[in-house]
Amino acid sequence: MNVTSILRAVRRLPISGKVGLVLVLFWIAIAAIGPFIAPYPPGSFANEEVFAGSSGQFWLGSDFLGRDVLSRLLSGARFTVGLSAVAVTIAVCIGTGFALMAAVGPRWVDELLSRAMDTLISIPSKIFALVLVAAFGSSLVLLTLIIAITYVPGNFRIARSLAVGLVRLDYVEVARARGEGRLHLALVEVLPNMIKPLFADIGLRFVFIVLLLSGLSFLGLGLQPPDADLGSLVRENTSGLAEGALAIIAPAVAIASLTVGVNLLIDAATQGKAR
Amino acid sequence: MSAASPASPWRGPLTLIAKRVGMAFVTLVLVSAVIFTISGLLPGDAAQEVLGQGATPEQIAALRHEMGLDRPALLRYLEWLKGIASGDPGDSLVANMPVADIISERLPNTLVLAGLTTLFAVPIAFLIGIWSAVTRGRSADRALNLMTLAMVALPEFLVATIAVLVFSVKLLWLPSITIVPQDPTLGEFLRAYAMPVLVLGVGVIAQLGRMIRAAIIAELDRPYVEMARLKGVSPRRLIFRHVLPNAVGPIVNAMALSLSYLFGGAIIVETIFSYPGLASLMVNAVTSRDMPLLQACAMLFCATYLLLVLIADTVAILANPRLRQG
Repeated sequence: MNVTSILRAVRRLPISGKVGLVLVLFWIAIAAIGPFIAPYPPGSFANEEVFAGSSGQFWLGSDFLGRDVLSRLLSGARFTVGLSAVAVTIAVCIGTGFALMAAVGPRWVDELLSRAMDTLISIPSKIFALVLVAAFGSSLVLLTLIIAITYVPGNFRIARSLAVGLVRLDYVEVARARGEGRLHLALVEVLPNMIKPLFADIGLRFVFIVLLLSGLSFLGLGLQPPDADLGSLVRENTSGLAEGALAIIAPAVAIASLTVGVNLLIDAATQGKAR
Repeated sequence: MSAASPASPWRGPLTLIAKRVGMAFVTLVLVSAVIFTISGLLPGDAAQEVLGQGATPEQIAALRHEMGLDRPALLRYLEWLKGIASGDPGDSLVANMPVADIISERLPNTLVLAGLTTLFAVPIAFLIGIWSAVTRGRSADRALNLMTLAMVALPEFLVATIAVLVFSVKLLWLPSITIVPQDPTLGEFLRAYAMPVLVLGVGVIAQLGRMIRAAIIAELDRPYVEMARLKGVSPRRLIFRHVLPNAVGPIVNAMALSLSYLFGGAIIVETIFSYPGLASLMVNAVTSRDMPLLQACAMLFCATYLLLVLIADTVAILANPRLRQG
């Protein structure tokens, strides 16, 4: 994968895919530099007017306490994108790790893991997350872990079916006959060939995670003040809903542009392969 | 159905269905163990929670004994399971009322909301799924694909916010919170439910529509469709008489999945519109750490989900004539 081949792949994306890519890159950039380009500190009461509309000084108006919405959005995006990225990484590492164990390990390991994951997958994810939050609370670290664990079973299921399919192939049999250990089989023979199809699942799971995190924060069960992700911003400003305040629409649209962007990108990328 | 006679063609499917029922039951028991274990892992337990920070260790020990929290976990689990199964999951820690009473007051509301959303969303999802499957690859399909792709990724509170802005704030058509009056007229009833159903329906329509499209397209690639086309079967007859009956299995499965998605959406939608349903009750139970209530709600959602999947499996088995040969 060098720069030119990536550029060529990008140029071949349909327009929807390019839009998705731009949105995704935009939000990654905002997550990286957002707090540094914010015009005001996110906690400062910059505007005397609450729920002010857009103006030259306050591009996205002010929130229910008169704070600058743009500044709060720029620092909230970091939590939403960053926390979701960490959570999806944890979920995929655990899920795919277990999947590889199930695929190359002895039969009883596969049986045990598959049974356990089948059980967890029959608990709807939002319900599961609510039970976990009720039991453990939602500090930053625990919240990330809870969201990650919620999406482990889904990733396990996809990764296991990919890995089991690969393990049956001749080249893995040959490696096994060569006397390679299970760790080698899993990491050197099977994993590299799963990466591409796994990417679509990772993207999809990232979307689910962003939605779950914002949903929990919207319910007041996610990130706790003074930290605020985009979902918390929507929650804070619900009192402005009746007047159609920008303070509630802006963060909601921000979340949607991130999730829709990822979805468009995955769709375009996977369709290109099928053609 | 006289299913018991050995020669019956229904024998194969019935054994399969019996197996599925057994599996669903085992899964439900395992799920109950997971939920009980997680919610029992609290750093401080319910006694601590009830007495608050100022309680002395002796008071806590006494209440723990009174609540039976000092007995072995397995024993407590079995008693809890017995309670849940017999419809009496104990008392709420916060409301001092039997959990069963609280739930039976809220459950009908959520069932009405879910039922109305299903009635609204499923026909539209079929329309979208069939339409984009028959126009596969052409501009109508591409437009629908982009539309549903965006719709699945929208957070419910954005759809709700936009709906409130349009229908309550700008047009002044609908109330922004859902209050169903006593003995509503049909008009009042529809007005009260229009927005929650619309918001909840968006996700279901998108998800189900996409899965129906996939199920139909998988059938369209099969040789019998080619055969039917060559025979001169009209496109409409092809879809409704040939393809749809064969796609029943995956489609009912998709319906079960997207209806379970509806529960997740209901958590947000009921909260936004201050609708007194089971999902917002569960959110309150999390906030107040009312474990008996939370456990009961979680079990109810999981049981419903498993039941939906079981029904879908059963329909798929019964609809598959190959299993009926006996």
